This record gives sequence, C-alpha cells and structure tokens, in this order.
Amino acid sequence: MRSERLLLKAVHLVDPAASRNGEFDLLIGGGRVLKIGKDLPVEDATVVELPPSFVVVPGLIDIHVHLREPGQEHKETIATGTAAAVAGGFTAVACMPNTDPLNDQASVTQFIVKKAADAALARVYPIGAVSIGSRGEQLTEIGDLHAAGCVAISDDGRPVQTALLMRRALEYASMFKMPVIDHCEDPSLKTDGVMHEGATAAMLGLRGIPGAAESIMVERDVSIAELTGGHVHIAHMSARQSLRAVRAGKERGVAVTTEVTPHHFLLTDTAVAEHGGYDTNFKMNPPLREAADRDAMIEGLRDGSIDAIATDHAPHHLDEKSLEFDRAPFGIVGLETAVSLCLDRLVHPGLISLNRLVELLSTGPARVLNLPGGTLVEGGPADITILALDAPVTVSAAAFHSKGKNTPFDGWTLKGAVAATIVGGRVVFVNEPVLGRASLGDSRGQGLSR
Amino acid sequence: MSTATALRSRHLLGIDGLEPDEIDLILETASAMKEVGARPIKKVPTLRGRTIINLFFEPSTRTRMSFELAEKRLSADTLGMTVAGSSVSKGETLLDTARNLEAMSPDMIVVRHASSGAAHQLARICHASIINAGDGMHEHPTQALLDAFTMKERKGRLAGLKVAIVGDLVHSRVFRSNALLLTRMGAEVRACGPATLMPCGLDQLGVRATCQMNEAIDGADVVMMLRVQHERMQGLFLPSLREYFALFGLTAERLRHAAPDVIVMHPGPMNRGVEIDSEVADGRWSVILDQVANGVAVRMAVLYLLAGEGESSEK
Repeated sequence: MRSERLLLKAVHLVDPAASRNGEFDLLIGGGRVLKIGKDLPVEDATVVELPPSFVVVPGLIDIHVHLREPGQEHKETIATGTAAAVAGGFTAVACMPNTDPLNDQASVTQFIVKKAADAALARVYPIGAVSIGSRGEQLTEIGDLHAAGCVAISDDGRPVQTALLMRRALEYASMFKMPVIDHCEDPSLKTDGVMHEGATAAMLGLRGIPGAAESIMVERDVSIAELTGGHVHIAHMSARQSLRAVRAGKERGVAVTTEVTPHHFLLTDTAVAEHGGYDTNFKMNPPLREAADRDAMIEGLRDGSIDAIATDHAPHHLDEKSLEFDRAPFGIVGLETAVSLCLDRLVHPGLISLNRLVELLSTGPARVLNLPGGTLVEGGPADITILALDAPVTVSAAAFHSKGKNTPFDGWTLKGAVAATIVGGRVVFVNEPVLGRASLGDSRGQGLSR
Repeated sequence: MSTATALRSRHLLGIDGLEPDEIDLILETASAMKEVGARPIKKVPTLRGRTIINLFFEPSTRTRMSFELAEKRLSADTLGMTVAGSSVSKGETLLDTARNLEAMSPDMIVVRHASSGAAHQLARICHASIINAGDGMHEHPTQALLDAFTMKERKGRLAGLKVAIVGDLVHSRVFRSNALLLTRMGAEVRACGPATLMPCGLDQLGVRATCQMNEAIDGADVVMMLRVQHERMQGLFLPSLREYFALFGLTAERLRHAAPDVIVMHPGPMNRGVEIDSEVADGRWSVILDQVANGVAVRMAVLYLLAGEGESSEK
C-alpha cells in the first residue's frame, strides 16, 4: 500500500480555511491527506513536482447541478455529469431533485447514491425535494431523505410555494441541520417571461421577468429564516435587489447564504440580442440581467456577501434547445467552463484574489451544505484540484464530457485551466496537454496519471 | 448620404437592420409597383420561375392575401402552408419544417409565427430569402413599410411628421417596427397607452412615451391606433374595454387636438368601439383602406428587391 503514496513536492497550496497560501509538501496515501508541511521526507512516495504557475487547492465543490438521472438520461446521466464535474475541477457536486421521478423519497436518493458510486468520479451529494412532487402541498419525509444521504432540500426549478411551507420546511429541516435551498421567483410576477424584463426584451419582443420577481421571494425567505432560526440558502441569485435583501439579513445575523453562477456575473441580457439574436443558449432562469445586476454580483463576490459560486449546470438536448426562443427550455451547462471563466474574468483582472476564489468554489460551498472538504487537513479525504493559472483554454462545447452542449461560452478563449482532479486520493482527471508528460512523476510512470 | 440601389441583406427580418437609404429604395420601388396595380392587366413577368412559400403558423387573412397577391402580380409560383396551432403540437419542429421546405428549393419563404425571433432562426439555416411577415411580439416590417408608404403618399414626407401610436404597445410587433422605421426616417414618434401596456426602453428608441391621449394627439399629423385584444383583461392589464375606450379610444372629439389635416391609420383588424369610434374609422381622416391597398405594392417591392439581391449574392 505504501507504494501508492504521492508526494506533491514544494507546490503552491492555497487553502483559505487552513490559512495556507504558499509553498508546501503534501503527502497523500490511502485516499487521505497524510501530512502537510515543509521538506517532508520522500521515503517511498512517488514525487510530483509542478511548474510554478500551478496551484493546489482543496477540491472544488459545485452545490447546484442537474444530473438529470433518473428519467432524463438523454440530457445527462450521473456518469456523464460527474465526468464533466471532474473535468471541470469539481471533486464533489450536489444535485437537484427535479429528476423523473423526483427525488422526493429515499429510494430515489439511494438510486442516485448507487449510480454515483458506480461512476466513481466526483462525490455526489443528493438534494431532496421540500414537498412531495415539488407541488408545494405536503412535506417530503425529510428525515428519511437525510438518512438516505440528502444534504439539503429544495423544490428547485420551482420556488418553495407558500410562506407557510417555507416556514415548516425550515423548522423541520433544522432538526437535521440541513438548509432549505430556494429557487426564488414569484410565479405571478414571472408569468410567462422568458428573459430579463428591460429594454432588450422590449426590443426583441420577448416577455420579461423583472428582478423583483426574485427579490420579493428572497425578502420573504430572509424574514422566515429570521422567524424560525432555520438556514435558508438562496439559489442562483441574479438581481441586485436580492443581494440587498441577503446583505440586510446577514447584518441582522439571519442564517441566510447565497450562491451566484458564472453567467450571472459575466453576461447581461443584451447578449440575447447579439449574433443575430434569439440564441437559446442565452436562455436560463433566472435570466441574464442588466449591467447593474452583474456588477452587483461581482461586488458581492468581492465583499463576502456571496458565499459560493455554483454553476446551475442544466444540460439539455440539442433538439430541445433548437426550438423557438419562447418554447426552448431554460438552462445552460456550466461544470466544464466555470473554473476557466473565474480565473480569466475574476482572478487575472484582479477583481478577486486566488484565495477568495478558493473560498467561493470550495470552502464556502462546503460550509453552506455542511459537507466534508473545503479544506485540506491531515487525516481528511484527499480531494484536491490542481489549477494551471496561465494555461490557455478555448472552450469547445463539442469536446465536453457532459451530454449537454448548451453553453453560451463556446469558442471563448480564456486563461486558466484545470490541470488535474483528485478524489479520495485517486486521480480521476488529468488534463494531459496542460500538465505535460514531464511533470507526471518519476520513471515508474506513476503519479498524476490514471 | 449614400443611395442604395439594392438591399444589403438577402432577408427582410425586421426594420432593425435596414438603413434609411434602403427604406427609401423600398418606398420608391413601391410607387412603381403601385402603378402596376392600376393597370387593366395587373401582372408583370418579373419573378417568373421563382418559387415563394408562404409559411403561416398563425392565422392571418390580410397579410397573407396581400403577400399572395403581390407574388401573383409578379408572376412568381407560390404555394401556401398554414400550420394550424403550433409546430410543436404537430410533432414537427419549426426548423424541421423549414428544412423540409428548403429541400424543395424555394427562392423565398414568407413566414409568420407566434414566437418572436422565429424568422431569425429560419434565416440562420435557410438558403432561401426569409421575409418576416410577423414574429410574435417582435417585428412586422412590411406593415411598417406600407404604413410609411401611406404616410409619405399623403404627407409627402416622413421627416418631421408628428406620429402618435396608441394602444397595446408592449404586445405589438406593428408598434415596434413602426417606431424603428419612423425614428430612423426622422419622424417624431409619440407612444401612448395604458402604463400596463407600455414597453421598457422607449427613450432608448427615441420615442416619447405618454399615458395621456390628448398629449399624444396634440398637433399630430398621423394617429395610428393599435388593436386591443380582449384577452388583455386576463393578464390584469386592463380593468375593462369600456374604460379603455373612455381613456384611449379615438373619437372625433379627441381628433380636434390633432393637426387639421391629420390622417388616421389602423393595421387591422379593428375593434370598433374599443380603440376606435366608427365615426373616425369611416370618416374623412381615415386612410385605413389605403393602407390595405398599399400593402400589395410595398410587398411587391420587397419581393422584387430581395429577388435581385438573391441573384447578386450567389457568391
């Protein structure tokens, strides 16, 4: 067993939770981090050295993905979704319950857990439904879901319909220390909107969804979290008014956390009008909003009021996305573009530090869902992501591991790539062109190769 | 200003994308085409051997017949396809329908669809010229062109004209195309309607918005009334059609605030007693039937010009 040891020698480690940002040796064995220190003895370990622009970080965690299995395997499976996850640098994902059948009972949760174990790539943390059928009428057996492996509950895709349901869900889920994740959207204000309400929607003749449709439900949720003491997590926040409500709640000590997606801090509604217009890869819910909203999201990432970056990875089949704009489904994939987008658009321009990015992609997500990981500790699981900060990337949807090719970022050239992903000490993804043969370890051919 | 001798695109997807000189070219060509319609034999061989498909996913009488007549007067071979209900309910997608029609090598496809952007999506995959005959709430370019033609015919110019457009603006492709065309050609556009039916971004369009009918009509050279649909009450846009008529209906009394030689327009079909009083619709101000007549000439002009462009862009 000793020969399976890997020694990451004098690598740049960034781990905010452990206050580490500098050159360290990491010894990995038996699926765990054995030792972190300086000048560790090599002994029988395989030595891995990395170029200076490479960084070792605790495994990244995406707390908002749709893996589509069971029921919609033409869009994605747990195997293809987790392959996309590790290719995107994520060692763990939390998957939303809106499958078919819905994850509103333990048997579905168990199925997901089993499929994830079969795939043996990223860790998969299922999220159960708040209400049976996500219909907003009756609570699911939340204790049962928790026992089967669910880490949170959500009716994602739909809001938690009534204030009373949110109240009871927060109260009940708090017994299991699980947050309630809400897709905040007032259905009566959303009506049949398909993009952000504003000048662009008016010009394109598309029905709009105002930012207030989201923020009034965020305000409701913050108030109910305050009332109950429960933990509410606001999914895919997009509107600046919502951020104000979250900030105000946090200042009062309310247990509210939130996430934002790369597309909401990078793109705006005007993108729907570009390149001939009506490209359904710019159709998602919540919709791309205005520059003021996008800028507010970046500010929230900077000042700490946003806890996590999540992708809302929502694969759809090409046939589904090829419909008329108002008929095509909402959603885009995100697992395989998030890291490069964040490095290129947030870290390299100096908007946030690398340390902060690791907080947003690893430490923060782990804290929001009370997951193991988010930091590297001796004796803890060796879930590790290696980033190549300066590696050039050209996004190619056709080359995605995900079945979903529905990305608005196809063809973008970015700086910063995932070099390798290690889950439980096992190298589950290697970006060969980036990592290069030379740094793959010693002559025995071991090290960072599968 | 350069003067266009041909259209720059092989499609007509909207007024957005047309330069003022192209609009002038279409309107001038329409004058010549109107003359064809006045002959005893109303047919020229210009588009002989060309195939045009009229693909209508939404019910339409006026626009569809107008296009058909225009095509026939230009001697094109035309065939129509009206898809009842949505393409989805039929089990075939819009793009598949288009690909099937493309396989029959039409030169042009005239398309009307309930979804905004449908014509743009077709233009991306079709070799034929696409003419947008109305896409959802987005644009209806030939309507705006025939409206402009009618205004120019009556007023001799577009620049400087005060044009009030009144009604359900947010759901109206006619409003959007007219606002784009008229502001582009230097007219002063006033948009008027209830606050619930007012779109965002009117100032960016260069349009003055008001909810006061008298303010919109004051000194107007043209008053264009838009159809108000009965189902607007369900979306909580309007309390009643009775109150709508009281606040925004066009009556002879209200028209006294307009310029003495004001003309009244309506894209049809009219709701008499809802947005327009019969006295006005049938009165001396009304050019509503001229609009219908001019529709044929303008569509002939568009077909003719796009056919010419089609030949020169086969590179």
